[in-house]
Amino acid sequence: MNLAPDILSWACLVAGGAFCVIGALGLVRMPDFYTRVHAAGIVDTAGAGLMLLGMILQAGFSLIAVKLLMIGLLILFASPTATHALTKAALARGLAPLLAPGEDPSKP
Amino acid sequence: MFAAGAFALLVALVLALARAILGPTVFDRLQAANTVGTVAMLMLAVLGFLGGRPEFLDLALVYGLLNVVGTIAVLKFFRYGDLGEPGEDAEPRT
Repeated sequence: MNLAPDILSWACLVAGGAFCVIGALGLVRMPDFYTRVHAAGIVDTAGAGLMLLGMILQAGFSLIAVKLLMIGLLILFASPTATHALTKAALARGLAPLLAPGEDPSKP
Repeated sequence: MFAAGAFALLVALVLALARAILGPTVFDRLQAANTVGTVAMLMLAVLGFLGGRPEFLDLALVYGLLNVVGTIAVLKFFRYGDLGEPGEDAEPRT
């Protein structure tokens, strides 16, 4: 049993779990819908990517690794699409972003 | 170590669920539902490794596909009030 891939995969799993918790915490604590979308992106990119990388290192060179890679590709393509559609729909519905006190909402 | 990852995912799941319950607008709830879907997908993969049954990865793939389609469908319903609406990007009907 070689130790180096194991330690690397454990580190990836723990870091991915930490990023998932941080992103979900941002989802609860952020003040506004658009900033919450920003926080949720952490779960979809850093959290999911690191956890999948850790599991790929555990699985080795096999069909399981290919399936994990497919899951990663699916998240990579689907999550930005869903987020884009979500924010576009919110803007079209007229949900105003939270701005600083002196800022003019008509100027981007 | 898979148990630690599973526990972290459970904590994230509870926090996202709290946003889904609290969320003032429907878009907050949808974003929370999307995050719950992603976390559940990872959870299925980690539980497969934890129980020594990597067949769970197929379930995770199917769950991810359904999650995307469900999010887009609910979004379209709340934007146009109808699932059959062509939307603003489509060609206008003559």
